[in-house]
Amino acid sequence: MLEIFQYAFIQKALISGISLSVLCSIIGLFLVLRRQALFGDALSHMAFGGIAVGIYSNVYPLWTAFILSIVASIGITKIRQITNLPSDSLIAVLLSFGFSLGVILISLSNGFSVDLFSFLFGSILLVNNIDIVTIILSTISIAIITKIFFKKFMYLSFDEDQAKASGLSVSKLNYLFVTMVAVTVIVSMKLAGILLISSLLVLPNLSALLLGYGFKKTLLISIIISISCVFFGILLSYALDLAPSGTVVMALVGIFIGIFFKKGLFKNYASINRLRNMPHH
Amino acid sequence: MNVVDIQNLNYVIDSSVILNDISFSVKEGDFLGIIGPNGAGKTILFYCMLGLIENYDGKIDILGSDTRKNPSIRKKIGYVPQKRTIYNEFPATAEEIVSMAVFEKNSYNKVHSVLKVVDLFDQRNKRFNQLSGGQQQRLLIAKAIVNDPILLILDEPTNAVDLEQQNNFFTLLNKLNKEDHVTIIWSSHDLEAISNYSNKIGCINKQLFFHGTSKDFSENKHLLNTFDEFSMYFHMHTHEHK
Repeated sequence: MLEIFQYAFIQKALISGISLSVLCSIIGLFLVLRRQALFGDALSHMAFGGIAVGIYSNVYPLWTAFILSIVASIGITKIRQITNLPSDSLIAVLLSFGFSLGVILISLSNGFSVDLFSFLFGSILLVNNIDIVTIILSTISIAIITKIFFKKFMYLSFDEDQAKASGLSVSKLNYLFVTMVAVTVIVSMKLAGILLISSLLVLPNLSALLLGYGFKKTLLISIIISISCVFFGILLSYALDLAPSGTVVMALVGIFIGIFFKKGLFKNYASINRLRNMPHH
Repeated sequence: MNVVDIQNLNYVIDSSVILNDISFSVKEGDFLGIIGPNGAGKTILFYCMLGLIENYDGKIDILGSDTRKNPSIRKKIGYVPQKRTIYNEFPATAEEIVSMAVFEKNSYNKVHSVLKVVDLFDQRNKRFNQLSGGQQQRLLIAKAIVNDPILLILDEPTNAVDLEQQNNFFTLLNKLNKEDHVTIIWSSHDLEAISNYSNKIGCINKQLFFHGTSKDFSENKHLLNTFDEFSMYFHMHTHEHK
């Protein structure tokens, strides 16, 4: 069994997978608490449109996906600031727009290509050295930015009005945060694929939240859950010849259901209610 | 010195008048209670003062500065919102909730000392939803005063707090007002609490009906009758009675 670790592609998959677990847990906790869990999903669908633009126009698809996701995330933040439209509805618009753009361009390009499938469903076993460096640098950069603005992001998640009343520059922080989300989504596509990315952002944090600890402990538990599921998910997928992204996500779902039944349903039903009682921002 | 100076404040949403020509001043050391029915515009008035609403007509100066032009003045204001707007299940301990309002480094001592002031030091590792109603309110005050504000604004702080905890709560506010010279503005439906704990009173229902000392207010039978009726209604419906 241990010889599996000798394979370079497994080593690369585990290194990049663990790095992405940390990245997605950090960004995902703030997204979940801001009731924007689907924002990552919307951006990944926008990235799908961007990838289709890249493939259609013969530009490196990750660049077009990156540009469209950043523009979309900043655009939606601006719209949210100047209108009273609910966040979840704006997210639905973004999600539909990105996906339809992709579908139209794919139909113009005479159907799906292998490249597009790897972006849709993830291809962690195919990461190369450049991918690993990009993933690790992105994780380190976002971890450092989060460390610097940790209390401010936490305050925004707690209550945006109070944060603004206390003198925080809420709009600048929001722009910074959504840019970080866009970067996270783009670099995470290798692991989970566009269609499963939000599970990496949401599931470990949701499971950690059910345990009822403070903020830093919740984040730490989320990271541990995520790393464990990615690590064993990748190994299991190789051993059983399953799709890695699906296996990782099923492991995350399994952890969530396990904690839900042990802590949530039988011992502390209020923990589940917290998810319903989150304030709208 | 005036801490707050409001002149001809008007706020209209979709042709509906929310605040109508409101003018008043708050002096340093005042403990101003604002009473008015639901929908009277108390929270909107606070939002305008805090700069959370900016598209109003008129002039609001806090410590001589317009919060719209000088947002940094907001750092001198402590704000305690209505408790029902708080994300009750937020995954943070009491210590984390207070410390997120302190943006300077090494906030450890500052946070601990303010938790001691509100008598919550021993509860610092509990989450917000593990505290009683009175403790939650004291925690929100701790968060609001941790940056040594000159002005403290509290929006209906006594809602859903039992009478014993309410007394402890006002003892704390009085201490801040008298010993630390924090100017306090708070709102309530509760006429009795407003009369008992404030030295100045403002009566609002879209416009300001009265602004003066609590003594002048208690001698104004017409105002007392007007506000007593709804005050009793809200008292019965918004307080926990042991």
